[in-house]
Amino acid sequence: MGRLLDVKGLETRFFTQDGVVHAVNGISYTLDEGETLAIVGESGCGKSVGVMSLLRLIPQPPGKITGGEVWFDGKDLLKISDDEIRQVRGNRIAMVFQDPMTSLNPVLTIGFQLSEALILHMGLDKAAARKRSVELLEMVGIPQAANRLDDYPHQFSGGMRQRVMIAMGLSCNPQLLIADEPTTALDVTIQAQITDLVKRLRDEIGMAIIWITHDLGVVAGLAHRVIVMYAGFVVEEASVKELYGNPRHPYTVGLLGSLPRLDESRSHRLTSIEGLPPDLIDLPKGCPFYARCHYRVERCANENPRLEPVGPGHRIACWVDITKFRQTGNRAAAEVAQ
Amino acid sequence: MSGNATREKLLEVNALKMWFPIFRGILQRHVADVKAVDGINLHVYRGETLGLVGESGCGKSTTGRAILQLYRPTAGQVLFQSRDLVKLKDNDLRPMRRQMQMIFQDPYASLNPRMTVGSIISEPLEVHNIGNKSERLERVRELLRVVGLNPYFINRYPHEFSGGQRQRIGVARALAVNPSFIVCDEPISALDVSIQAQIINLLEDLQEQFGLTYLFIAHDLSVVRHISDRIAVMYLGKIMEMADREELYRNPMHPYSQALLSAVPIPDPMVEEQRQRIILEGDVPTPVNPPKGCHFCTRCPKAMDVCKDNEPEFRDYGGEHFVACWLYQK
Repeated sequence: MGRLLDVKGLETRFFTQDGVVHAVNGISYTLDEGETLAIVGESGCGKSVGVMSLLRLIPQPPGKITGGEVWFDGKDLLKISDDEIRQVRGNRIAMVFQDPMTSLNPVLTIGFQLSEALILHMGLDKAAARKRSVELLEMVGIPQAANRLDDYPHQFSGGMRQRVMIAMGLSCNPQLLIADEPTTALDVTIQAQITDLVKRLRDEIGMAIIWITHDLGVVAGLAHRVIVMYAGFVVEEASVKELYGNPRHPYTVGLLGSLPRLDESRSHRLTSIEGLPPDLIDLPKGCPFYARCHYRVERCANENPRLEPVGPGHRIACWVDITKFRQTGNRAAAEVAQ
Repeated sequence: MSGNATREKLLEVNALKMWFPIFRGILQRHVADVKAVDGINLHVYRGETLGLVGESGCGKSTTGRAILQLYRPTAGQVLFQSRDLVKLKDNDLRPMRRQMQMIFQDPYASLNPRMTVGSIISEPLEVHNIGNKSERLERVRELLRVVGLNPYFINRYPHEFSGGQRQRIGVARALAVNPSFIVCDEPISALDVSIQAQIINLLEDLQEQFGLTYLFIAHDLSVVRHISDRIAVMYLGKIMEMADREELYRNPMHPYSQALLSAVPIPDPMVEEQRQRIILEGDVPTPVNPPKGCHFCTRCPKAMDVCKDNEPEFRDYGGEHFVACWLYQK
């Protein structure tokens, strides 16, 4: 499979009255055609700003992409003109947002909003766009699609609205679909419907997906590769099996340990990560996870580790080899360190 | 769970209904009701945690509030330490409220931004006339220590705290009057994963330390399974199934419980590869006009003719495994 996207040293800052917010601090990753990449992290870790920067959707001011390159189809998306990026947005790279109510326009019909992109990017006339809209709604499993075209967003339930958003995202046959917490606002049975739908469409259409989430459970059944972000840095990158089976960064270990699992045989104490993430205005000099880390050594306070490979396709940003502490699984190791 | 016969029921809810009227037109005539809670039975033993799980709009929060008489129920009984709270007058209810407290979902909305942490936590003490000013101050300091906050924070305002710390303040306020029963209404769903674990651990520690009884309301089945001794599954104003936590997980009898369990993602790719999901079609019907028979019959993959017109009984099928489903009722 060919390389679809190559992000190098992407850096985004927000210049606010309180100071400079270091939202994204030089992240690099690649994505192959047809691959599903999950970006995982807690609120404020820069995962959303990171992908919004790819399409230059950051409000400027106060935001500014201060460095890096985003190579997509032989072009650096950060350097091309506004007209050119508009040809990419919604057409080659589509986005689905978290909250399906606020991302649909409440005063326009679903049919109008769906055909807008088709007319703009695909050059269809009104009638053809309408016909295609019905097909799209049918594809995402909306019953009686033809009748619902003239309905407004409030006439749809949350799960149905998210289906409409996905239909809109897929309308121009994008090569890359960016989904920003698409199931977070939904109930668990509806979430299962939507992830099932995305998996089916991915296999049918063969598009690549970047799936942003804080939920490590959803990622496990969906992604090929995972990136873990913390305070605007990528701290770990691995294939999905490697990340869950052999997590190497203390933050990833902590995150996995703090999740209660439905299939756990006996109740055990969760290994919570004490403390809070650092202030992005005043980042620490060393490793951003230093203050909350059980494995920290002196070096961590002064030098921020770079993302280095530790195995095939597995990279971490950590000075410590935590496998030395591991005895009987991740949770035990974290407890020993505590 | 053979010890149940000897255990004391701290709370028993019988046929509880909480309907909210809908008024329409110029005359504001009563046209319909939102049947948020539509006749439920449950009981909580002293010292245990009962998890109440369900999707948004199923009436789980309303159940919690109706039990504490924050809403006055439309019908039914709420027996707390064998006294029926529904029948008590407001004046007689107030002393009972010392026994039962609540922790709210949103730590940003449930603390008054104009009050200091000290006055927030001591307010229940003042309402119930407990101690004098210096005793109350000492109690607030002690409570802050108990929930893992620095007593030095006593004069700060809520906005100076993070979400997790605010939730700790909410917990301290609930503990102030030494209650025996606490309704935790989605106490962690507004928090980040790593902070959620901190609050879960805190709630577990406090339960052990003070012998508390929890009704733990949540939509996240993994969290409920982790913290609860027994679990009740709710759907559209009804309890569909109630059983011991292990029993419910190993042997879910109700088709809705089965679908819910299969929909919860498990953070392990090896497990996820093997799993078979039961994908439910469609959405939850409106509680204004729920289906006539079993409330789940419109989405149930195993629905039969009998389900559409007749409501199944909520029955014990041995070992306190309660289910309301026609599949088992002959």
